[in-house]
Amino acid sequence: MVHINAIIEIFPDLAKGLTITITVLIGAAFFGYLFAFIAGLCRMSSNVFLRKFTGFYVEIFRGTSLIVQLFWLYYAIPMLFGIELGSNWWAGVIAIALNYGAYMSEIVRGSILAVANGQSEAATALNMSRFQRMRLVIFPQAIRMMLPEFGNYSIQMLKATSLVSLIGMEDILYHGNIIRSTNLSQAPTVYLLVLLFYFILALPLIFLTRKMEAFSKKGVASG
Amino acid sequence: MSNWSWEVVAEAFPKIIDGLGITLGLTLACYGFALAFGFIWLFMRKIPIRPLRWLITWVMEFIRSTPPLVQLFFIYFAWPMVPVIGFTLNGFTSAILGLGIHFSTYIAEVYRSGIEGVGKGQWEAAKSLNFSKRQKWTKIILPQAIPPTIPMLGNYFIIMFKEVPLASTIGVAGILHIANSYGAENWTYLEPLTIVAILFLALSYPSAIIINRLEKKWNRRFDKKEALTRSKGATA
Repeated sequence: MVHINAIIEIFPDLAKGLTITITVLIGAAFFGYLFAFIAGLCRMSSNVFLRKFTGFYVEIFRGTSLIVQLFWLYYAIPMLFGIELGSNWWAGVIAIALNYGAYMSEIVRGSILAVANGQSEAATALNMSRFQRMRLVIFPQAIRMMLPEFGNYSIQMLKATSLVSLIGMEDILYHGNIIRSTNLSQAPTVYLLVLLFYFILALPLIFLTRKMEAFSKKGVASG
Repeated sequence: MSNWSWEVVAEAFPKIIDGLGITLGLTLACYGFALAFGFIWLFMRKIPIRPLRWLITWVMEFIRSTPPLVQLFFIYFAWPMVPVIGFTLNGFTSAILGLGIHFSTYIAEVYRSGIEGVGKGQWEAAKSLNFSKRQKWTKIILPQAIPPTIPMLGNYFIIMFKEVPLASTIGVAGILHIANSYGAENWTYLEPLTIVAILFLALSYPSAIIINRLEKKWNRRFDKKEALTRSKGATA
């Protein structure tokens, strides 16, 4: 069924897609965390307009599918405004980042709100400024709650990068599809290898997430 | 905004609506399959052979951390080519299997969390009252394990709904597929894709609100201070 020769032949072809998959993942993760923090903090702002606007962004992107958002950014945005997003790399990265940024902004908000009220009161009692309170007291406690969730979402983002093959980016899946279309009988080997590639990429993220889970539980009284 | 045309909207809308039945039907079918298969994982993890249990845990991890899109392609394109056991599946069935199995690994965790959430004292009580295995499960464990999982399962239904358009890549004619082919024929993607996005939003947003209410209600009822679920993200 799975021939060693076939694997040796297919492997380097698939590996050509690694760069795209990894760069899209890194780009999406960077912007995704960035959007998450911006949106998460904006939703707790005292400015009504800012709060409503980010709320709108979060609900829109959580309410629709990533694949629809990706196609919309790639096909519809250039038609609507007559602008190009530059390249499909940017379309892919921005779509994934906006989608997961919206989900993760809820994590950011939830974690900050979950820090006990007494902490913030204590900081006020110590005459800390609003910024100091956030930076020195709330944030260090909130971030340890966020980390495991961020780890989980980084795995989700890795899975999401496979969608960029649909807008013509030459990632692992794209190369897999090419090989399959020229040699149909090799399809099982090809897709098993593609899955394996993604799994190997996911492994460090899985272990990192477990580490973070252990880290976030350490030294905290009863979870 | 000059490129927006209401005529295109009027023409494309009825066509896209036609696909809604397939999208919703596929969501239900995938979800039903995932719910059922989740139980199978639960039982397989109870097998009293350690290496086998270990293997199953890793198989679940593998399915969960690899893209469902590739899994769909595997079932649709590769499964018929697998010698001996392989056979051809149509797009719809492939999607049920692919998305169903993918999400069943998440659903199994929900079941597990529900069962593990039942306090140790409850199990001991069942034992000390000399309940049979059947009585223990139907009278004590399940009535306490099921309610807290309902909002989580509801969340996964919405997530499933948002993942179903992946099936358009293997030719299942749901709303996204119709919008894409309309776009390709008429050289306008803007309106059809916007209609699809609005349809998704119109269906998933109210359901999310309902589930949120339900969750709050359950939490109050079971005196849970913390929310049991954070609306877990999509899985792409």
